[in-house]
Amino acid sequence: MADIAQKWSFAREASPGPNLLARLFDWKPFLVFLCLLPAIGLLVVFLTYPLGLGLWLAFTDTKIGRGGAFIGLENFASLYHDPIFWTAVGNTIFYTATATIGKFALGLWLALLLNHHIPFKSLIRAIVLVPWIVPTVLSAVAFWWIYDPQFSIISYILKDVLHVRSTNIDFLGTPWAARLSLIAANIWRGIPFVAISLLAGLQTISPSLYEAAMLDGATPWQRFRHITAPMLMPVLSVVLTFSVLFTFTDFQLVYAITRGGPINSTHLMATLAFQRGIPGGQLGEGAAIAVSMIPFLIAATLFSYFGLARRKWQQGEGND
Amino acid sequence: MTDAALATPEPAAPERLGVISWESGPRKLVTVYLPLACFVIVLLFPFYWMAITTFKPNNELYNYKDFNPLFVHSPTLANVKKLFFDTDYPQWLWTTMLIAIAATALSIFASVLAAYAIQRLRFRGANWVGLAIYLAYLVPPSILFIPLAAMVVKLGLFDSPFALILTYPTFLVPFCTWLLIGYFKSIPYELEECALIDGASRLQILRKITLPLAVPGLISAGIFAFTLSWNEFIYALAFIQSSEKKTLPVAVLTQLVQGDDYQWGALMAGALFGSIPVALFYSFFVDYYVSSLTGAVKE
Repeated sequence: MADIAQKWSFAREASPGPNLLARLFDWKPFLVFLCLLPAIGLLVVFLTYPLGLGLWLAFTDTKIGRGGAFIGLENFASLYHDPIFWTAVGNTIFYTATATIGKFALGLWLALLLNHHIPFKSLIRAIVLVPWIVPTVLSAVAFWWIYDPQFSIISYILKDVLHVRSTNIDFLGTPWAARLSLIAANIWRGIPFVAISLLAGLQTISPSLYEAAMLDGATPWQRFRHITAPMLMPVLSVVLTFSVLFTFTDFQLVYAITRGGPINSTHLMATLAFQRGIPGGQLGEGAAIAVSMIPFLIAATLFSYFGLARRKWQQGEGND
Repeated sequence: MTDAALATPEPAAPERLGVISWESGPRKLVTVYLPLACFVIVLLFPFYWMAITTFKPNNELYNYKDFNPLFVHSPTLANVKKLFFDTDYPQWLWTTMLIAIAATALSIFASVLAAYAIQRLRFRGANWVGLAIYLAYLVPPSILFIPLAAMVVKLGLFDSPFALILTYPTFLVPFCTWLLIGYFKSIPYELEECALIDGASRLQILRKITLPLAVPGLISAGIFAFTLSWNEFIYALAFIQSSEKKTLPVAVLTQLVQGDDYQWGALMAGALFGSIPVALFYSFFVDYYVSSLTGAVKE
């Protein structure tokens, strides 16, 4: 036995080179550093640094291809007196609020429908997700064609099939019609994500709770109000935060369908930042518009944090 | 059977307001199937419209009086032919695919290592690193593209696919890392302990034990990353200028629309064929997709 042990230790010391390397790779701090390096490196260089750079750019008069000088709050001051900026802020808030309410009302309804025992459930679930999978810009192009002033299929159905209107609807020609059309497209795209996420939340609710409530004579509304709603709240708050965050910073739909028109009346803050910053070349001013979105985003994130904290409390679990 | 006895005092209550009920029959038809059918029709209609516009000849496209617009009367491939032979469409498809694959590979590589370190190496502050990565997901591209554009120009990457391959991981890595942390959690730690006792090194364990078991998780993270990079728009719009290097969503919107003369047929064909690869890719893995999506939300 001792002989074997000696051979083993001999073998171990015979090749110090690879052994040292192997031991280095088993040394935990080094391994942790090595494993985190690619992810953290990418995120620091392309996310954290640009975030800081964006804050800095907002206080300079940088243009594309030319460094700028620090000009203090001048960008924000000029935005403060810019009616287009305030239209964009108002649009963004209105767009986010209306689209979110629409998405969650319809998404919750769809989730409740899908929670029934129905044939071909998995197929229907797969179909329902399609608007969320397909590139937003490409479905936006389809909406652009659906909203065509002359050949809109919606106008055709309302005018020539149902005879409820006598003229075509000018979907994108006037500010309010354009805003509402964009909101409809955003709701259309957002329903699947909300519905599928809420469906997952619904499926975690134990049927025995409903049985108990039915035995106590609870009405369907009472069952929804006192079982479904509170049990769904944790999932709902997370999905809501994500939805608000991504609707607030939406860019693609508006850029693809109206490009901010007619006459800058449908700009969101993101599209205005793009228009001023990239084609307009005023990086500093664009950055200032983008930075103005940050307070709203922080509010949404805090909302998410407290939603999560509440979930732990509701489930009565520890910290993991 | 006491259930029935207890339920008898108010037998009509669930009937009367049947919003959620397990009853079948005509009531279910009105409360469940009819609304569900409306949802499916509304959610799919834009794609149907996209598809039939693609195959309509021009005289049908602009004449609703003589041809019912909801159907194709004499299907034609003219729009498809125009798209594939008169524009750079194949080139755009190819570029988009290459960029999506490269960005996905880079992100999965970084995410696997990070998720393994956070979930399995159990170092101090692992939870904080996890939280920081999660917060990174909450930073939307809309506020990053301007400083990134300045960086990309400075690094000499403007108008190069590398600008996109390097910036897409900013939203892919946080997402994939969180997905994989959840997946690694579901793999029993005992397997790794056994290997540790047998003298395997940490990297051997990752390569020979954890990764093979995590293949379903890797696939779903890969699908997510691929579709997200295929769909990405704002970076591709801001960082790429020359027509032949554009990604598909950007190219369809900026290259197929020239002036006020919209070629709706070709435009719809472009949108349709740009959607099909993602839809196909997704349809093969729909179960992974739904379970990881809902898993990520529940996490």
